[in-house]
Amino acid sequence: MEKRVTFKGIWLPLLLVLPQIVITAVFFFYPAGQAIWQSLFIPDPFGLSMQYVGLGNFEYLLSNSYYRASFVTTAVFSILVTLVSMGVALYLADRLIKGPGVYRTLLIWPYAVAPAVAGVLWLFMFNTRVGVVTWYLGLLGYDWNHVLNGEEAMGLVVVASAWGRISYNFLFFLAGLQAIPRTVIEAAAIDGAHFWTRFRTIVFPLLSPTTFFLLVVNIVYAFFETFGVIHTITSGGPQQSTTILVYKVYSDGFVGQDLGSSAAQSVILLVLVGVLTIIQFKFIERRVHY
Amino acid sequence: MATVSLRNVKKSFGKTDVIHGINIDIADGEFIVIVGPSGCGKSTLLRMVAGLETVTSGEISIGDRVVNGLEPMERDIAMVFQNYALYPHMSVFENMAYGLKIAGTPKGEITARVEEAAKLLQLEPYLKRRPRELSGGQRQRVAMGRAIVRKPSVFLFDEPLSNLDAKLRVQMRLEIKQLQRRLGVTSLYVTHDQVEAMTMADRMIVMNGGVADQIGKPLEVYGNPQTEFVGGFIGSPPMNFLDVALAKDMPTQAARLGVRPEHIQIAQTGAQAHGKVLYSEALGAETLVHVKLADGSFATVRQDASLAQPEEGAQVGLAWSKADQITFDAHGQRC
Amino acid sequence: MMLNSLIMAMGIAIGKIIISLLSAFAIVYFRFPGRRLFFWLIFLTLMLPVEVRIVPTYEVIAGFGMLNSYSGLIFPLIASATATFLFRQFFMTVPDELAEAARVDGASPMRFFFDILLPMSRTNIAALFVILFIYGWNQYLWPLLITTDPSMNTIVMGIKQMFPSGDDVADWPVIMATSILAMIPPVVVVISMQKLFIRGLVDSEK
Repeated sequence: MEKRVTFKGIWLPLLLVLPQIVITAVFFFYPAGQAIWQSLFIPDPFGLSMQYVGLGNFEYLLSNSYYRASFVTTAVFSILVTLVSMGVALYLADRLIKGPGVYRTLLIWPYAVAPAVAGVLWLFMFNTRVGVVTWYLGLLGYDWNHVLNGEEAMGLVVVASAWGRISYNFLFFLAGLQAIPRTVIEAAAIDGAHFWTRFRTIVFPLLSPTTFFLLVVNIVYAFFETFGVIHTITSGGPQQSTTILVYKVYSDGFVGQDLGSSAAQSVILLVLVGVLTIIQFKFIERRVHY
Repeated sequence: MATVSLRNVKKSFGKTDVIHGINIDIADGEFIVIVGPSGCGKSTLLRMVAGLETVTSGEISIGDRVVNGLEPMERDIAMVFQNYALYPHMSVFENMAYGLKIAGTPKGEITARVEEAAKLLQLEPYLKRRPRELSGGQRQRVAMGRAIVRKPSVFLFDEPLSNLDAKLRVQMRLEIKQLQRRLGVTSLYVTHDQVEAMTMADRMIVMNGGVADQIGKPLEVYGNPQTEFVGGFIGSPPMNFLDVALAKDMPTQAARLGVRPEHIQIAQTGAQAHGKVLYSEALGAETLVHVKLADGSFATVRQDASLAQPEEGAQVGLAWSKADQITFDAHGQRC
Repeated sequence: MMLNSLIMAMGIAIGKIIISLLSAFAIVYFRFPGRRLFFWLIFLTLMLPVEVRIVPTYEVIAGFGMLNSYSGLIFPLIASATATFLFRQFFMTVPDELAEAARVDGASPMRFFFDILLPMSRTNIAALFVILFIYGWNQYLWPLLITTDPSMNTIVMGIKQMFPSGDDVADWPVIMATSILAMIPPVVVVISMQKLFIRGLVDSEK
C-alpha cells in the first residue's frame, strides 16, 4: 500500500526519521548485536579479557540440565497461563456480550495493574503466615506452602499472571464476538443447532482469527512480561521450579554475572520470539488475503 | 483570469503511457469539460494542470507562464475534489480561510473574502460548523467556497458531483455553471457523466485511452462525432452502429454506419432495415423502441410518445435520411 | 517513588509518540533514499521486548553513565516501532485528497503535518498515550536493574525492596499500602478513559 501523494524533499524526511533511527540504533540494534557477539565469548574469571568459544555457550546451555529444565518450566508456565487466561476470558465474554457496561469496567481494570503488583497481591492472599486463602485452606485441612512446594508455587504464579491477562483477552474476545453478525447465529438457531453445536460450529470458527492472534500474544506475554510476577512471588524458586527463561537471563546475567551464558540465552530467546513473530505475520498476511 | 494552453502534453507511469499528447488552447473565462470513461486519463490530465502530477513531456501554460515546474500553490489555481477533501477538524470558515491564512493575507481581508464567498454560496448560517455536520450538497458548496476565496485564475473540478444523489447533481451543476459565468474564471471540469459535459461545457474534450478523440462545442460533438467512440459515449441512448450494407453510395473504406436513435423512424415504406421489436420503454415524453435487426445487430429508436408504439415481437422497418448518417472506417475514425 | 514513576511513564508515552509521529509522517508522505531499509529496520524491532536484550542494553546505559537517571529509564523503552506502525496505519487511511488540497492551499509539508495531520490524529494519539502510560508505569525489570539509588526507584519496583531478606516478617500493611498507591494511577487512567483505552489496545495490536 502506497500513498499517491507525496511531498518533495530528501533532507526533511531524513531529519524526521533521525530521532527514531538514533534511538533504535543505540538502544536496540547495538545491544541486540552485542548480545549475539557476547554469546560467542566467555569472560575470564577476573573479567579482564574475553575468550572466543564459538558456539560453546550454546552447547553448554543445551547440555545444561538446569537450562533444559527451565525450557520445560517455561513451556508449562506459558501454556497454563495462556489456557487459563484465554479460557476464562472467552467464558466471560460469551456470558457478558449483552450485559451492561459495568461488567466490562469491572473486568478491564486488572489490565492496568502491573504484573509485579499483581504478584504482590496474590502473594499476600496466599502468604504462608498471614494469607487469607492459606488460612481458609488450613481450615479445610490443606497445608498450602508455595515456598517449599514447587507445584503450588507454579500454580500461584500461573494464577497471578493469568489474572491480569484476562482483561486483555476478554476485550478482544468481546470485540470478536460482537463482530459476528447476529443473523448468522439466528440462522443456525433456525436450522435447529443447539447452543453447544452453535458455539462449536459457528462461533468458534468465526472467532478463530482472534483466538490465534491471542494465542501468540499471550505466549509472548507469558515468556517476558511475567518477570515481575515471578520475581515478587517466588524469585524462581523453590529449587528453580518457577525459573522461566527470562528469569534465568536475569539471574545468570545480573546475579550470577555470567555474561556469555546470559547473552547466549538472550539470543535463544531472540530466535524464539522471532519465530513467533513470523508465525503471526504469516497468519495476518493470510487473513488479509481473505 | 487567464488562458490555459496544453502543448503536446504526455504522461507515463514507468513504461505505461497514460496520456498520449494533448493539445488545446483554452480562452479566458471558458468552461472546458473533460469527459471520458474511467481510466481514460482525464483525472491525470487535470492533476497535471494542478501540479499534483508531474508532466512527462510537453508544456502547460497558465496565462503567459509555463507552469510545468511550479508547485500547485504557485500556479494560481484552485481545485475542487471529488470527495471535497475538507479538513474534518476545521470549521467551514477555517476550511475556506486556510489557503489565505497560509498566503499571509491580513485577517480582515480573509474574513471579508470568506464572508463574501459564503454569501454567494448561501453558506452564511454554517460558517461555524464542522464538515461532518453538513449535508452532501453543503459540503460541495464549502469545497467551492474554498476555491472561490482564493480568487484564482483557473478553477479545476475533479468529478465534483459524483458523490451526490441524482436530484442534487442536477441542481448543483446548474449552480456551478451559473457561478462560473458570474465569476468569469477559466475552468476545467472532469466528469465521466456525458450529461454534465453536454449541459455545462463551452467546449468539451472527449478522452479515450489517453487520447483526446474530439475537442469541440457540445452540440458539435453530439451532431458530428469524429470517432465511433465519441458517438457511442456522448448521447443516451448511444448512437446506433449499423452495417454499411444497409446504405448505398458508401465510401470504400467505410466499415460502419452511425445513426442517432432520434433520427430513425419506424416506417413500412422506404425502410432501409428490417427487424423484430424486442421491447419498448415508455419514458413519458418519448419512447425507446429496441429492435433486433435481421443481421443480428441491435438498434434503438427514440420516438415521440404520441406516435403509435409497435407491439413487442412485431416486424418493423427502420428508415433514416442520408443526411443523418455518419460513416466510420475500420479503425472507428470518421470517413 | 510516585514522582519517578510518573516521569518515567510520561517520558515513555510522550517520547515514543513524538518520534513515532515524525517517522511515520516521513515514511508515509515522502519518498527518500533508504526508506525501505528504514521501514524494515523498524519492522524488526516490533516484537523484541527489552527483556530479551537486557544485559547488553544495561551495558550501553552504564557506558553512557545513564544509570540512575531518567533518560536511562526512558530511552531503551521507546526504542521500538509499535507506535510508528500504528501511526503509519492511521496516516494511510487519511484520504490522499487532503494532502493534495493542502498542497493546492500552499501548505508546506510541516505545515500540513501540524495543521492537518496532527489535529486529525488526536484520538489516536490519546488512545496510544493511555496504553503507553500504563506500559511505562508498570515497568519492573528495567528499573530494578538500572536504579540502584533508592531516590530513583519507581514505585512498582520499590515494593519488592520492601520485602525483608531472609526470614524477617514482612511489614504487610506498608507493602499493601504501597501496592495500592502503585495501582491507583494506571487503574484510574484505564477506567476514566475506558473508550480510548480499548481503542488504543485494539489498534496497537492489530
